[in-house]
Amino acid sequence: MGIASVLDPVRRRHPGGRPHHKLDLEGTKDLKLLKGPWSKGFAVALAVAYFMIPGSLEEQTLRTLCYCGVYAIGAIGLNILTGFTGQVSLGHAAFFGAGAYCAAYLGSTQGWPFLTYVLAAVVVGLAIGGLVGPFAARLRGNYLAVVTIGLLFLAQHLFMNWETVTGGGNGVTVGEAAIAIGPLDFRDLELGGLKYTFPQAMFWLIWAFVALTALLAKNMVRSRPGRALQAIRDRDLSAEIIGVQPTRYKVAAFAIAGACAAVAGVFYALLQNYVNPSEFGGRIGLFLSITFVAMIIMGGVGTIYGSILGALLVEYGRRFIAERGGDAPIFGIPVEKGWVTTGELNGILFGGLIVFFLLLEPRGLAALWMRVKIWFMSWPFSY
Amino acid sequence: MTALVAGAISSDAWIEAIFSGIALGAKYALVALGFVIVFKATGVINFAQASLVLVGGYLCWNFSATWGWNFYLSLLLSMVGGAVLGLLLEFLLLRKMSGEAPFTLIMVTIGILFVIDNLVTAIWGAEGRDLPDPWGLRTWKWGDVDIAVADVWTIGITFVVLAAFFAMFRFSTLGLAMRASALDQEAALAQGIAPKRVYQVAWACAGAVGAVAGVMLASGSGSLNPALGLIALVAFPAMILGGLESPGGAVVGGLIIGLVQQLTALLAPEYFSWIGGGFEIVSPYFVMVLILLVRPTGLFGQKEVRRV
Repeated sequence: MGIASVLDPVRRRHPGGRPHHKLDLEGTKDLKLLKGPWSKGFAVALAVAYFMIPGSLEEQTLRTLCYCGVYAIGAIGLNILTGFTGQVSLGHAAFFGAGAYCAAYLGSTQGWPFLTYVLAAVVVGLAIGGLVGPFAARLRGNYLAVVTIGLLFLAQHLFMNWETVTGGGNGVTVGEAAIAIGPLDFRDLELGGLKYTFPQAMFWLIWAFVALTALLAKNMVRSRPGRALQAIRDRDLSAEIIGVQPTRYKVAAFAIAGACAAVAGVFYALLQNYVNPSEFGGRIGLFLSITFVAMIIMGGVGTIYGSILGALLVEYGRRFIAERGGDAPIFGIPVEKGWVTTGELNGILFGGLIVFFLLLEPRGLAALWMRVKIWFMSWPFSY
Repeated sequence: MTALVAGAISSDAWIEAIFSGIALGAKYALVALGFVIVFKATGVINFAQASLVLVGGYLCWNFSATWGWNFYLSLLLSMVGGAVLGLLLEFLLLRKMSGEAPFTLIMVTIGILFVIDNLVTAIWGAEGRDLPDPWGLRTWKWGDVDIAVADVWTIGITFVVLAAFFAMFRFSTLGLAMRASALDQEAALAQGIAPKRVYQVAWACAGAVGAVAGVMLASGSGSLNPALGLIALVAFPAMILGGLESPGGAVVGGLIIGLVQQLTALLAPEYFSWIGGGFEIVSPYFVMVLILLVRPTGLFGQKEVRRV
């Protein structure tokens, strides 16, 4: 409003015409959730797809999409932390694991209702994130990255040794956990006389949570706290000078990222039906954390929908290659008969794509989309 | 590697734990030194150091086991191979990335790590292998104290490599160029030092040191498998502990971490069993966090100057 009132007399002085209709001096348009008819139409299309997909895809693909949704929730949290606040974390898997154990212990062993243990996971994620946050306020860049790896090892030790809750090295099953919201029981969903399978029901449940998380995250980053986070990312000392308290916001960003990862962990445990401690700590945990980081790099650092795109690309691609890549030819030789296995091919592609995106398109798939959009917006002028 | 003692801990067990701790620390020091050399020269935390370690180990295995060459010759050749690989990485990728944000650089090197690790598995297979080192599992008896021959050799070879590196760093023109460039790159440039040369030397040194570390980690009671490179993760605390810019700090940090790890393995089951099994895996990170709380840039690290 301040800028607008200063510029108003200037604008009135344009004698020969009006400014371009895309020119937005107030910045209110940038803050809108749905910016124009195109994004409104896209939102409607997404909603239609959401209801159509479970009926029209086969079981295995649905399962894969469920996992994509799980990772998308975690990636949104990491994007708030890394993409918007600029804090590197390689310890995301520890939060993810904490959430998985919430589902296993509170949901299955203690028999809490679904929404209660999801809420508990959120609280646990917030708490652990809040504990790690102060370290982040003291450490920077490279040091922070390595210290968050330490979190993975501490988490692994805890998961292995706190046997009453985690079942120790044997892991723990999640089979007993209830997945019901009100009258809807997602374990065997029945709607209007039609029975739905577990993957179909979980698709609806998980992607509803993805939408919810994305909406909450988007609303946060386009409002005051989100701008504070971005100010810290761009230069934390300057942010401090204009009145943003970096410590408070860094801790908050860690807590939010932790909560998102914990919710994702809950759904991961429900899909897996079993929680294995070595998945979330140590080396394999580091691999999981790196996967999250790779998702936001490939999807788009600093965009919410980029996190979802990245999760789809990485997880769908990985499972596609693992399940069906064996027969696909490389230079005319099927993968399994050549000198790499599908697992190795996956690793090579995964690492190669990280490097590829960072070198050639550091803002990920989201930036590709932005380029298309800007090209059309400024058509027929390319500048 | 872990010394488990029933009942009270004898002085022999102490000596064995301390000695194997120093040997383990020497291996970590080599890995950490590889990290520090590259970081000091180029500002990159090189996660791909782990793959240089892995490739070094496998090259040595390939020369000595598959082709039947002399073990010490194989060690030297794998150092050369590691250096070449380091140069290659610098030439192909990292040169284009200099000056990027730490996050970007870390992720690029992680990407390289994945590619190389999987290529190694594709070429040499995923199963564990024994390096045909001349030391094996033999031990020397010294009173009641058992000392692994491989440990003695590890400490000796590490000492030679470290001495050679520090002599180069301290006395040669190249080392002077590296130090000048690390201190102030623009001033070094004005004196006619080519940063490209410095980068190349740093990466080659890191590759060679990493290869030695790989061979040492796989020799003796260790074995050669694709997870070997990830042992480098334990060297992270060593590097952070000493301070990212300090080669001497890497050595001190490595020794501290090695000793802490072996002594926790010795003492934890006896005196603080409540903490749970396998605490020696976590203890390096525990020590690292404690030290970082007191000194955020490690023991010998430089305090960062921040400008708005």
